[in-house]
Amino acid sequence: MTTPRLMQGNEACAEGALAAGLNFYAGYPITPSTEVTEILSRKLFENGGRFIQMEDEIASMAAVIGASLTGAKAMTATSGPGFSLKQENIGYAAMAEVPCVIVNVQRVGPSTGLATAPAQGDVMQARWGTHGDHPIIVLTPSSVSECYQLTIRAFNLAEKYRVPVIMLLDEVVGHMRERVELPSANQVEIINRKQPDAAPHQYVPFRSGYDKVPSMASFGEGYRYHVTGLVHDDDGFATTNPEIVQSHLNRLQDKILLHTPEIVDSEQVDTEDAEVVLIAYGGTARSVTRAMRMAREEGLKVGMFRPISIWPFPEEQLKLLSQRNVKFITVEMNFGQLALEVERVVGGKNAVYRANQVNGELIKPDTILDRIREVY
Amino acid sequence: MLPEVEQYFRIEKLPHMWCPGCGNGIVLHSLINAISGLGLDQDKTTIVSGIGCASRAAGYLDFDTLHTTHGRALAFATGIKFSKPELNTFVLMGDGDCTAIGGNHLIHAARRNINLTALVFNNNIYGMTGGQYSPMTPNAKRATTAFYGNIDRSFDLMELAKGAGATYVARATTYHTELLTKLIMEAHKNKGFSLVEVVTACPTAYGRYNKLGKPADMLKAQKENAVNIKSLKDGIVPEGKFLIGELYRAEAPEYIDQYLQAATKLREKGGK
Amino acid sequence: MTKSWEVRLSGSGGQGLILAGIILAEAGILDGQNVVQTQSYGPEARGGASKAEVVIGPGDIDYPKVLDCDVLLALNQESCTKFTDDLKSDSVAIIDSSLVSQIPSVNGKVYPLPITKLAREEVGKELVANVVALGALVGLTGVVSRESLSNALMARVPKGTEELNTKALETGFKAAKEARTRKTTQQVS
Repeated sequence: MTTPRLMQGNEACAEGALAAGLNFYAGYPITPSTEVTEILSRKLFENGGRFIQMEDEIASMAAVIGASLTGAKAMTATSGPGFSLKQENIGYAAMAEVPCVIVNVQRVGPSTGLATAPAQGDVMQARWGTHGDHPIIVLTPSSVSECYQLTIRAFNLAEKYRVPVIMLLDEVVGHMRERVELPSANQVEIINRKQPDAAPHQYVPFRSGYDKVPSMASFGEGYRYHVTGLVHDDDGFATTNPEIVQSHLNRLQDKILLHTPEIVDSEQVDTEDAEVVLIAYGGTARSVTRAMRMAREEGLKVGMFRPISIWPFPEEQLKLLSQRNVKFITVEMNFGQLALEVERVVGGKNAVYRANQVNGELIKPDTILDRIREVY
Repeated sequence: MLPEVEQYFRIEKLPHMWCPGCGNGIVLHSLINAISGLGLDQDKTTIVSGIGCASRAAGYLDFDTLHTTHGRALAFATGIKFSKPELNTFVLMGDGDCTAIGGNHLIHAARRNINLTALVFNNNIYGMTGGQYSPMTPNAKRATTAFYGNIDRSFDLMELAKGAGATYVARATTYHTELLTKLIMEAHKNKGFSLVEVVTACPTAYGRYNKLGKPADMLKAQKENAVNIKSLKDGIVPEGKFLIGELYRAEAPEYIDQYLQAATKLREKGGK
Repeated sequence: MTKSWEVRLSGSGGQGLILAGIILAEAGILDGQNVVQTQSYGPEARGGASKAEVVIGPGDIDYPKVLDCDVLLALNQESCTKFTDDLKSDSVAIIDSSLVSQIPSVNGKVYPLPITKLAREEVGKELVANVVALGALVGLTGVVSRESLSNALMARVPKGTEELNTKALETGFKAAKEARTRKTTQQVS
């Protein structure tokens, strides 16, 4: 571990990306994510990497995909409005299976909303923001050190499964500064994309084995293959053949589905004896932890279930919990987005309540405590 | 197919999907002649395209090829080139692709003077979607979305690129293929952002709506209306004609060079 | 559980409150404490309301913002009016008397100190009012050690301004000492 220091969530994303091997960043300034761009503009310039400030968020996402195709580990960071603009090319990355990481520091929306204030309104956009069914992985840190760890993991997952991975922060976590002790470089596990083991003339760029993830050649290495956002066959060329279309789209889903047990991540606090379990993620989980402690002081048996990967959702973990006689309260800074997923998983077996707030401030423990008392 | 160009094509992907009489194949031939003439390493050359008829060209060419999203080809290409500057990077776009939805990326790629060779297949129309007017459709011409004639003003793409900072700007037509090949070669040799506009015919949509005759008539019109800048006497382009040839060339620092030089300088200074 | 400190630094944009919060938090780390620093601010770089909060304590810190304000610094009238309401009987409020004319009667100990005036007249630069304020705040409360505060400050300030900032810090410490003496005297009389 390194010496303890004060670090901001956005800074931890930047540092985590560098630790994961980031060597290409394209971005466009937008509050409250700008620090990621600022920090990396300097660090990549210093360490021989590439930084470019593009003309908009669409171009940033495009440049990231282009760089990744040459073998770079590439990332962009943005917030609300910029995240909307990136969606088309995020879909491209999903379709063409180009590894990349997108940091979205959520602010209040819709539209320009409140630029400097926290919200969690992009939960569904992170999952379904681009058109068409597609696989995606979304991670939600709730502390600064988790921003660091999960950014490294985001790169590892992106590389391993050839998918765009979204780091979904909120303004609280992105701008919060905390004491952190980071692992030293040799303690960090790094996963790189699978390289082709076939000679260039035998390389079938989108054919996969049992793991459903094709190997990936870099541009400029003699493989001379085609990449398109059109539905394509294993050779990479556009097709409208219904069988190939179905099997290609199936594989995109399956490669995440198949590996869901190793992708999902969640945390449970004091759930063993809990009668009420609060479900929260990101900055909200911090308030929930306090509310839980306050409730315990009153003798209320309250626990917390915190999805760390929200997509894929830690479904099996929540199902296990729901087999017990507990009530759930999903606490979110939106009008109930992950609540829908919780309700789906619980399937009516348990009562699922909500506590929602979107007023530009982090939901207060007192507000949550009141809700606990109401439903207990 | 001639053996000297055959190696650059994915023969198994032919015949191409373009309509009879479409000029896109001619542009492709000139592009390949230029790549061959320049002696570029096929493994170190990448073709990036957007969305539309012209952009389908990438799929027929045997390089690392990237068929991107509508309008964004230059932004994807910027990522490729900046990440791996040793790759020769050609960007193929249509007029709608490049000047409407991709207009912002065009001016910024030009402003950076990043070393990309961009080809705009200008057929004055959105062909793939069936003939809607583009920013390159001349005023008063007809399209499916301009039934009574286009009231928009069109871009002068050459002046636009020049104004935005491109360091090589040229135009040819699918009639003037030798000139086109030469201009693409020169464009690629220019270390900076180069744009070659190719006037190409879309008989199916643009030609038909505007009663421009058969494909051969449209080619003939290219011949008749194009004026080589070298033969221009008093600097005045006659009414209804347009210039072809190398229209502008300038010296300016190239983006990636600037970045790498500045970064190296910092490290040599022991900055970090 | 050992006590945590919840500190709120408030005023307007451009007064260096967020930097002050960072320095205070870093001093907390040097003291071996756990810290969280948060902020809220408007879109303006200058002017508009600005608030930095620091929670310092020995254990894990869950809720990152201030709930029960132990220490309030108010550098303008608006923040003084807005945040003094939250104070408890054992809270400490340090108010810049050179910028705040109306101090509401509130719970806790209130120290009106001419922070900006001291920075301008004693230190010679109004810009370091935030450092004077930090000195006064730590001098009056001990939320972090003086030594750690000074070390954290030196690690953050631009080269060539160390002397100026040390002077600002000392001015803050001195103001705290005088204020405390004054208070004690008042209590005795």
